[in-house]
Amino acid sequence: MANIFPKWSNFVPIKIILGIGLVVTAVVAGITYYGTPKYMRVGYQPIQPVPFDHNIHVEQLGMDCRYCHTYVDRSEHSNVPSTNTCMNCHSQVLTDSQALAPVRESAESGEPIPWVRIHKTPDFVYFNHSVHVNRGISCVECHGQVNEMQTVYHAKSLSMSFCLDCHRHPEKSIRPVDEVYNLNWEASSPKEQEEMGKRFVHDWKINPPLSCSGCHR
Amino acid sequence: MRIFLGIFVFLCVATVSIFGIRGTKFTEPPLYVFPDMDDQEKYRPQGENTFYQNRMDDRPVVPGTIARGSSWETAKVFNEDFNYAQADNPELYTGKTRSGEWVRGFPVEVNHALMELGQQKYTIFCQVCHSAIGDGDGITKQYGVATTLSYHDDRLRDMAEGEIFNTITHGKNTMSGYGEKLRPEERWAVIAYLRALQRAQNGTLDDVPTPFKKELLESLQAPAQDSTPADEPETTQEDDSSTQAESTE
Ligand code: HEC
Ligand code: HEC
Ligand code: HEC
Ligand code: HEC
Ligand code: HEC
Ligand code: HEC
Repeated sequence: MANIFPKWSNFVPIKIILGIGLVVTAVVAGITYYGTPKYMRVGYQPIQPVPFDHNIHVEQLGMDCRYCHTYVDRSEHSNVPSTNTCMNCHSQVLTDSQALAPVRESAESGEPIPWVRIHKTPDFVYFNHSVHVNRGISCVECHGQVNEMQTVYHAKSLSMSFCLDCHRHPEKSIRPVDEVYNLNWEASSPKEQEEMGKRFVHDWKINPPLSCSGCHR
Repeated sequence: MRIFLGIFVFLCVATVSIFGIRGTKFTEPPLYVFPDMDDQEKYRPQGENTFYQNRMDDRPVVPGTIARGSSWETAKVFNEDFNYAQADNPELYTGKTRSGEWVRGFPVEVNHALMELGQQKYTIFCQVCHSAIGDGDGITKQYGVATTLSYHDDRLRDMAEGEIFNTITHGKNTMSGYGEKLRPEERWAVIAYLRALQRAQNGTLDDVPTPFKKELLESLQAPAQDSTPADEPETTQEDDSSTQAESTE
């Protein structure tokens, strides 16, 4: 009796398994790489109504974050400054700049400047700025080097695992409280950071929530 | 198999070249595949809604009321002994006495903690214009805030604390107010620090505590012998104060 199946068909099952394996791997890899906040959010840099430059104001003029984001150390929410805050200086500085026209209009009409929001946690997450910045967690941990950004972009993923990574090992990122607003500060060595961090965690009784109800309340 | 591999490699390359790598900058809002309950119908700080005419979630403070989450302690506010403090203690909140005169002195206790608070707040909010030593030569002067004045003249040294409090709260002429950024206690702390700056810049030898006097005199004599023109500003100021000290003595 002649062979019903030709010889190459011996390899078909292996090839199919191999093919499915390749496709599944590629799809899983693709989704992990492209479907998570590390890709979806990081790099989001919307066009703002006023080309506000943190580099000029923070590095060149030496302003503190709290001059504008005044309530970051005393409330859950870090405010985006009101138009009055800009007009403290810009009523006298660059009064005929085209870039600042929306600021002057807003000051006259009382309508807020429509800043485009960049960082946002979902509404089912409880987040609080003051508990973090008053306990030695700097802005740079969650927002990146804003002081050097000409236009702010989403620098960190702010996903749940991002929060938990730090909550499990806060000693890796905790710093002296008076260096929180100095985004260029760094411990002299990773070892020193580890030792100092451990000391702070012990002395200040740092205990970040790891249970679901800590953040989903 | 070859065709399959070809298509597979093509699709992989196509995906990577369309989607790029992580961290690339983009301006469109991030895509939410499953929006879940990410955006709920609730009012958030600085949020937007369609109910109020000006679409702002933040509502203006109704006169005579106290915002939730403000510096007040709830336990205090709901205590039956609670009096609305502004009416109770006009010195602290307006810088004026009950009869409408500017307060002289401080309605809060002046101690080291208050000084430190004042220094911190001064550095954040005032230094950009008034400079670290208060001579009005802050960084913004060279960019156009030209009218900033120095604290070191007799008018401001004699000015009542209450009037300075009013300047910080509501601003004056070309300076805008910082009342919404600083709580009343913090404003008094800034004034205490401002007074310290004035004393430091207008000090006499008598103001220097005795343990440091000897050291200061020695350090003043040492550079006098080989006086280099590129002296630090501090030393010249100390020179000034010592000449003043001599003239007053
Ligand atoms: C002169 C005022 C000013 C100062 C000082 C300032 N900012 Fe900002 N910041 C703004 C304004 C205005 C915006 C909104 C426009 C934008 O996103 O560019 C903003 C936006 C941001 C955002 C993004 C907010 C969002 O929409 O998610 C972050 C994060 C931020 N600032 C961090 C900082 C940090 C950290 C510092 C201190 C190093 C700082 N800022 C200092 C005015 C200021
Ligand atoms: C402490 C004073 C100060 C405050 C407060 C301030 N700015 Fe500025 N800003 C400056 C100075 C000084 C410059 C000019 C820097 C230069 O010319 O290099 C400037 C430059 C700018 C420019 C560049 C303008 C151009 O034509 O290139 C923009 C835009 C701007 N500021 C927006 C803002 C906004 C928006 C706010 C409010 C959140 C603000 N600034 C608050 C001092 C200030
Ligand atoms: C532990 C992480 C963390 C730290 C530290 C942190 N932030 Fe944030 N920040 C966030 C998150 C998360 C959001 C989004 C908050 C939300 O959706 O309510 C945010 C939002 C913001 C916003 C935008 C708020 C809005 O309504 O548009 C500003 C401005 C801001 N942060 C400034 C700062 C400044 C300034 C500092 C340092 C003093 C700082 N943040 C430190 C995590 C952090
Ligand atoms: C770089 C480190 C770091 C990151 C990132 C971080 N946290 Fe925290 N968080 C802390 C520390 C440290 C504490 C503990 C403070 C204490 O014990 O006083 C804390 C405390 C908290 C608390 C408890 C507040 C309270 O009132 O008890 C909440 C809620 C919280 N974090 C939410 C978040 C969320 C949500 C994120 C992600 C967007 C986040 N954190 C990211 C370090 C971090
Ligand atoms: C440190 C704070 C924190 C803790 C603790 C925490 N979460 Fe979350 N969770 C977050 C944040 C932040 C997000 C939003 C992530 C995002 O937007 O990418 C989130 C999102 C989620 C989501 C929605 C995911 C989605 O994309 O729809 C679920 C479900 C969830 N958390 C469950 C849990 C459970 C279950 C626990 C307890 C084991 C827990 N969380 C503990 C911070 C936390
Ligand atoms: C944006 C720049 C700017 C900042 C920031 C600023 N000032 Fe001024 N200040 C001025 C200018 C300009 C004047 C001169 C006002 C005039 O007479 O036209 C002034 C004047 C004053 C005066 C004298 C008022 C009088 O009676 O003549 C005092 C006191 C004062 N400032 C205190 C402060 C304190 C305290 C802070 C910090 C909370 C502060 N200023 C922050 C610009 C500034």
